[in-house]
Amino acid sequence: MGETRKIALTVNGKRYAEEVEVRMHLGDFLRQQLGLTGTHLGCEHGVCGACTVLVDGVSARSCLMLAVQADGRELLTVEGIAPNEEELHPLQEAFRDNHGLQCGFCTPGMLTTLIEFLGDNPDPTEREVREAISGNLCRCTGYQGIVAAALDAAQRLKALKQA
Amino acid sequence: MKPPPFSYHLPGSVEEAVGLLGSLENAKLLAGGQSLMPMLNMRFVLPDHVIDLNGIGALSGISAVEGGLRIGGMTRQRDIEFSDPVKTACPLLSEAILQVGHRQTRNRGTVGGSLSHLDPSAEIPAVCAAVDAEIAVTGPNGTRTIPFAEFPAGYMMPAMEPDELLVSVFLPSWKPGHGYGFEEFARRHGDFAIVSAAALIEAEGGRIKRASVTVSGVGPAPVRLRETERALAGQAGSEELFRSACESARGIEALEDVHAPASYRQHLAAVLSRRALVKAWSRIG
Ligand code: FES
Ligand code: FES
Repeated sequence: MGETRKIALTVNGKRYAEEVEVRMHLGDFLRQQLGLTGTHLGCEHGVCGACTVLVDGVSARSCLMLAVQADGRELLTVEGIAPNEEELHPLQEAFRDNHGLQCGFCTPGMLTTLIEFLGDNPDPTEREVREAISGNLCRCTGYQGIVAAALDAAQRLKALKQA
Repeated sequence: MKPPPFSYHLPGSVEEAVGLLGSLENAKLLAGGQSLMPMLNMRFVLPDHVIDLNGIGALSGISAVEGGLRIGGMTRQRDIEFSDPVKTACPLLSEAILQVGHRQTRNRGTVGGSLSHLDPSAEIPAVCAAVDAEIAVTGPNGTRTIPFAEFPAGYMMPAMEPDELLVSVFLPSWKPGHGYGFEEFARRHGDFAIVSAAALIEAEGGRIKRASVTVSGVGPAPVRLRETERALAGQAGSEELFRSACESARGIEALEDVHAPASYRQHLAAVLSRRALVKAWSRIG
């Protein structure tokens, strides 16, 4: 093993104190060291967006950050999106209902990206949604279902807020 | 585990970072990581030391200063996107920044990182060329300023010494009410541009008083189209004028790679610089 460092971080509300190899990227750390394999690694050079996670609420490609750089940060990965074991997040429900996924490989990155996006822009246009997911590649759906799901989720989240 | 083994350093100040850079062999600076991390993952670079600049708060920030804007090297591209001082002093940058990668990469990517990496088609260097930016670098002998025209020393090679660190960039602002336009052609949204063009126009009494036209992605670094600029001076702007003034862009020396042959880049240089000028002219306030 090469040089290591101790880091402490929060992932999906849970505190972790870990010793990591300094050269390990955040995506590998989440998957291999924490066992959180929901975050997917497609290209590992910043092109596909599958590895997107939220770092202190802000989206980042986890293959382009070192695990040591997450020291002291609060992360959200796809595992932390649903409110509990039984229920789905409205965005996840919208994905299910609109055929927003087929193989599911791109889905973790799509969801994290859209959580951030819908937080800033609760009432987006279709164009804005397409722009928002332009850094996430999907090889199955042709994006149509994903765009529909995002627009549907925006409505669901708005309805929840008003209720 | 893809990156090669290295030692990791997290300095808290510019002095400390410069000290490390001067004393460590084969060290690389890590800014936003949107270029260095892929190169590490693919093992295109094999540094013995990585010096992470993310712990130096003093390197981030946007401030309106006399005659323009000063932007710290570690300022995130995302912060530029929403900055009001940038919109006021350098709207060309606000427009161009939207073409830099995607939101997830702009959240981390920095101004200094983009300038130091100096990809021939990158947008931030193109804007710096357009406004005659000045780059401030700090090394063991203190800080010096490099005019952007002298900053690219070659293909992806900034004119900085190996022990120097980019601390900030000064962007002189154009007169309020000037016109600006940024145009880019890429195969997919957010990809590296094949060619992009930036135009700035100051007008007086319906005539062009001052113009700046830059293309990037054509040569190894952004190029100012001086011949075009000269042809515009003193003229009344029109589609016809812009078309004829940009024809000379077809003569600039162009790169050739798998994405596009040289002749295609020259063609795009002429077309995009015309479009950027048309846009700039229409925005004169
Ligand atoms: S795995 Fe990170 S962008 Fe593709
Ligand atoms: S659902 Fe298969 S890649 Fe998107």
